[in-house]
Amino acid sequence: MGANMLRWAQAALSRRSLLLGGGAATIGATTICSSKTVAQEGHGNHVIAAEAQSAAAAPTHQSAHGAMITVGTVDNERNGFDPTRLLTDWHTGTLTDLPDGRKLRTFEITAEDKEIEIAPGVMFPAWTYNGRVPGPALRATEGERLRIVFRNYGSHPHSMHFHGIHSARMDGVPGAGVIAPGDEFVYEFDAKPFGCHLYHCHSLPLARHLHKGMYGLFVIDPDPERHPDHVNVAKSRLYGSPENAEWQEIAMIMNAFDTNFDGENEFYACNTIAHCYAKEPIRIEKGRPVRIYLVNVTEFDPINSFHLHGNFFDYFDQGTTLTPTLRMVDLIMQCQAQRGILEFTYRNHEAGHYMFHAHQSEFTELGWMGMFDVVETLS
Amino acid sequence: MNENPRSFAPVSTAAPGPRHLLWLVLPMIVLIAAVLWLLQVDPLRGFSNGAPPVENLAVERTVLDEGGLRLQLRAGGSEPMTIAQVQVDAAYWQFRQEPSGPISRGETAWMAIPFPWVLGEAHKVTFVTNTGATFDHEIPVAVPTPKVSGSGLVSQAILGAFVGILPVAIGLLCYPALRGAGRNTMAFLLAMTVGLLAFLLVDTIIEALDFASQSAAVFQGSVMVVLIAAVSFLALVAIGRRRGSPTGLALATYIAIGIGLHNFGEGLAIGAAFAAGAAGLGTFLVLGFTLHNITEGIGIAVPILNIRPKVVHFLGLALLAGGPAVFGIWLGSLAVAPHWTAIALAIGAGAIAQVIVEVTALVARGHEGRGDYTQILNPAAYGGIVAGLALMYATAMLVKI
Repeated sequence: MGANMLRWAQAALSRRSLLLGGGAATIGATTICSSKTVAQEGHGNHVIAAEAQSAAAAPTHQSAHGAMITVGTVDNERNGFDPTRLLTDWHTGTLTDLPDGRKLRTFEITAEDKEIEIAPGVMFPAWTYNGRVPGPALRATEGERLRIVFRNYGSHPHSMHFHGIHSARMDGVPGAGVIAPGDEFVYEFDAKPFGCHLYHCHSLPLARHLHKGMYGLFVIDPDPERHPDHVNVAKSRLYGSPENAEWQEIAMIMNAFDTNFDGENEFYACNTIAHCYAKEPIRIEKGRPVRIYLVNVTEFDPINSFHLHGNFFDYFDQGTTLTPTLRMVDLIMQCQAQRGILEFTYRNHEAGHYMFHAHQSEFTELGWMGMFDVVETLS
Repeated sequence: MNENPRSFAPVSTAAPGPRHLLWLVLPMIVLIAAVLWLLQVDPLRGFSNGAPPVENLAVERTVLDEGGLRLQLRAGGSEPMTIAQVQVDAAYWQFRQEPSGPISRGETAWMAIPFPWVLGEAHKVTFVTNTGATFDHEIPVAVPTPKVSGSGLVSQAILGAFVGILPVAIGLLCYPALRGAGRNTMAFLLAMTVGLLAFLLVDTIIEALDFASQSAAVFQGSVMVVLIAAVSFLALVAIGRRRGSPTGLALATYIAIGIGLHNFGEGLAIGAAFAAGAAGLGTFLVLGFTLHNITEGIGIAVPILNIRPKVVHFLGLALLAGGPAVFGIWLGSLAVAPHWTAIALAIGAGAIAQVIVEVTALVARGHEGRGDYTQILNPAAYGGIVAGLALMYATAMLVKI
């Protein structure tokens, strides 16, 4: 017999029509696969998934995604940051008075090379702000003078390019604030406009500097005195006010990592670590409203999205308004560097695990999904 | 002038004794010292430029069953490799590695992934290592990997019989018709055998190299194929010529062995293709293969045209040449690693080369009773070779997709 038989057989591999013609190799397949189909209908109840889980006695919230999840845990201590702590870790800098009566807020940021574990067992040679990805979530109040002292301890030229209103000299692009390793630069501008913004490195090549981890949240809270029509809303947004304390505020950055540098991401996440909030759900008290500051910095894919399960939310695109730009939605899209504020409540819900994820299934399945653990409010 | 190397004085006139072997200690000491120095002093550290280690991974076996996917990996990195995560169709899945931990260079490990694969559809498995490197493995058509079962063995045996044993038997049935062959016809038929064997040789070598390229890098696939074919060729020539060049029944037996070894490799390959998802083999195609392989039977019959073999000889020859196809398909359907298929095909190639040499020698002897190779390409012989090649090539068209 010639090799032609083999070639024929191999050609048939890519031709499903031939396969459906039946044959010896399909014997026994039907029963196996029909049982799988049944199992697939109840999401999270794969027969085999259940087998895999029973041994490990996985927590109940993990049964929602069955066996489809990364294996193991990330060493947060070695990374130097914990994704759960990142959610509420706002950097407010130091506040001093200026001679003209205004406030001066000063931040100190360093660029550092650092190898981080972006998924269990997977190391990524990151470029970071202050040794973490995403960089520190900076928070200021509308009208303040901001001074950001930036030092480059990395191996490449870096900068901080703020999305905000400032002069060309302070833009953080080549020739205006991109500094060589070992150098220092001070960015100075007024905090405006209020909203949910971001900063990122604007060295070239841009894609490489962004996707290696150089980005962070930059939130400017509205000054209630400047918004007499929406004083209460502005007060609730003002970090540290009694009205703001009622809210459960969360900082989330949708990012991704191309670990083999082929121009496509291997891992997607919210706050860097794939599946971190699936394995450690975010605790939400059902009596208190939730506000998410959400930024998309995913490189290589033009858009990312956020979908909330079992609930709807109001959305403030870029956070520059005090009234929602979208009302009653359960899904929003963000292009690269787009951001916004999500407001919702679980006040009238049962307690339980509520999923959130990108509604690009591929992103979800490659790590960008998590859970809210909604619990009764303790008085 | 001592130009003739035979007149060089021997290196030593003393009889080699066991004491000479003691000198082997010296090179051993030098080697061990060099290794220790390299490990202790690390003089090559100047070459470490911060680049990650070289990683290489080959998937040797793929098994699909009701538990999901099981894949056998062989690592070929410069350092032991750690599989950190596993994707199936761009989604991370739980997996169990056996044995767990880093996989050393040349070592294998099984990965079990509880993935609900879909019958008849394609899946892609991606292994992500701790450095973030990825290795893809395609499952072109997902079908359950055949298991050893009575009915499965029987249907595979029937397939093997139709494409391996039956055509050889039909070819051998031409024996009575060919018996009256004259000298020129005989030369033509022997040359035709050479032609068909040459077709098989080229076919087998190309296929062996194809499988070799799928095997893990540590096996150096193409070098392995060439060396094994050469060793197999030399071994069979040496065995075959213990009592002079084989003729008659002995030569027919060697042709049958060569074709049989080739068919075993083919069977492995076809079995592997079925394990990997090819199915729906049409009746027409099976008949095409039968037709294509009848020529092989005629080739086996030619050397015994001038003697009177018994019926049992014909039976034996048919089983020897065609039977291995059945065993090949049985083994191959259990998803054997590609390097084993390459090795089997390479042995077959060596065996075919051997019978080409022996049949050619017989053709040459046909002229004036001595091995005059200058006369080998008379019109009858040349026509025979071309006819053999053309017959194989043309019948191959029947089954070419």
